[in-house]
Amino acid sequence: MTEQLYYEDIVAGSEISPVVKQATTRQLVMWAGASGDYHEIHYDKDFAQSRGLPGVIIHGQLAGSFLGQLITDWMGEQGSLRKLTCSYRGMNFPGEVITCKGKVSKKYVEDGEHCVECSLWVENPQGEKTVLGMAIVALPTRG
Amino acid sequence: MVEDTLNTEELKGKIGIDWEPVVCNIEKGMIQRFAQAIDDPNPLWQDEEHARRSRYGSIIAPPTFIQTVGWGQFEKQFQLQVAPLLSGGRLNGGVELEYYQPVRPGDTITVITKIADVRERQGKKMGKMVFVTFEKTYKNQTQELIAKCRQIAIWYQIGVEHD
Repeated sequence: MTEQLYYEDIVAGSEISPVVKQATTRQLVMWAGASGDYHEIHYDKDFAQSRGLPGVIIHGQLAGSFLGQLITDWMGEQGSLRKLTCSYRGMNFPGEVITCKGKVSKKYVEDGEHCVECSLWVENPQGEKTVLGMAIVALPTRG
Repeated sequence: MVEDTLNTEELKGKIGIDWEPVVCNIEKGMIQRFAQAIDDPNPLWQDEEHARRSRYGSIIAPPTFIQTVGWGQFEKQFQLQVAPLLSGGRLNGGVELEYYQPVRPGDTITVITKIADVRERQGKKMGKMVFVTFEKTYKNQTQELIAKCRQIAIWYQIGVEHD
C-alpha cells in the first residue's frame, strides 16, 4: 500500500502505478470456487476447444478484479470507488504476464465530492489492450 | 453442424421483468477466499485488526466481490430463463458497477436481476452474435442500496471462424 492520494496531487493525464499479474490455472480454479462461476471454458481445455476457443481463458471478471485492485491500491483507504466498468475486448490466457494500467482522464467537483475519472486497461504480453475500463473515485482533499 | 438456437424474439419478451429475489448471507470466509483468488493483499479485505482501525471499522469486501454475490442462484435462474433460448457459445462482454455502500461480513444481501436489453449483431468474424444485458440491484438487510451492476453476456455461433 502506498501513501494516501489527495485530490490536489493529481492532474488530467496522471498515471496510475501499474499492477502486474500472472494468473495460473490454479488461480482460475480458486476464482471459480470463490465466485461460483463454474463455466467450463475456464478450467476444461477440451470443453473450451469444443466451444471454438483456443484453450482455457481467464474469467473476464477476474481480469476485471485486477483492475479493481489497480484502482483501490491507487486511491488509498480514504478514497471511495463510485463506479467501475470493464469491457472485454480480447481474451487473456493463464500463464501470460498481464499488466493493469490507467491514467486520470479528468477531475471535477460534484455534489461536494472531489471526483476523479480514470481510464483503465489490461495489456497482454503483445501490448494489446484486452480489457478497457473506467473508474470514478472520490478522493480526500488536503484542505 | 446443428444450427445454434439464438431465439432473441422470445428473449426480448422477458425484458424488464424482475427475477425471483436471491438472498445471500455474507460470511468473512467468502470475502477472504475472494481476496485470495484475486491475489489482492489489501489489508482492508482480510486483516481484521487493520480494518477495525480504518474508517470502515471492519473488514470490507473488494469492490468487484459484489458481482459474485448470488452467482450460483443466478446461474440456476439463467438455465431456466435464458439458456433454452440461446444455445451457442457464451462469453462475458463487460460489466458496469456502481457503488453505494461497502459489503461487510454479516450482511444479508438481496439481489434482484432482470434482463435490461437484448441486441443482435452480425459480427465480421464471429457470425451472428446476441448481446444480453442483465441488470442487478443489490440491497442489504436494512434495505440500503449497496450496488448496481450491468453485465453483458455475448452468445456466438460455434463453428464460425473467429479470432
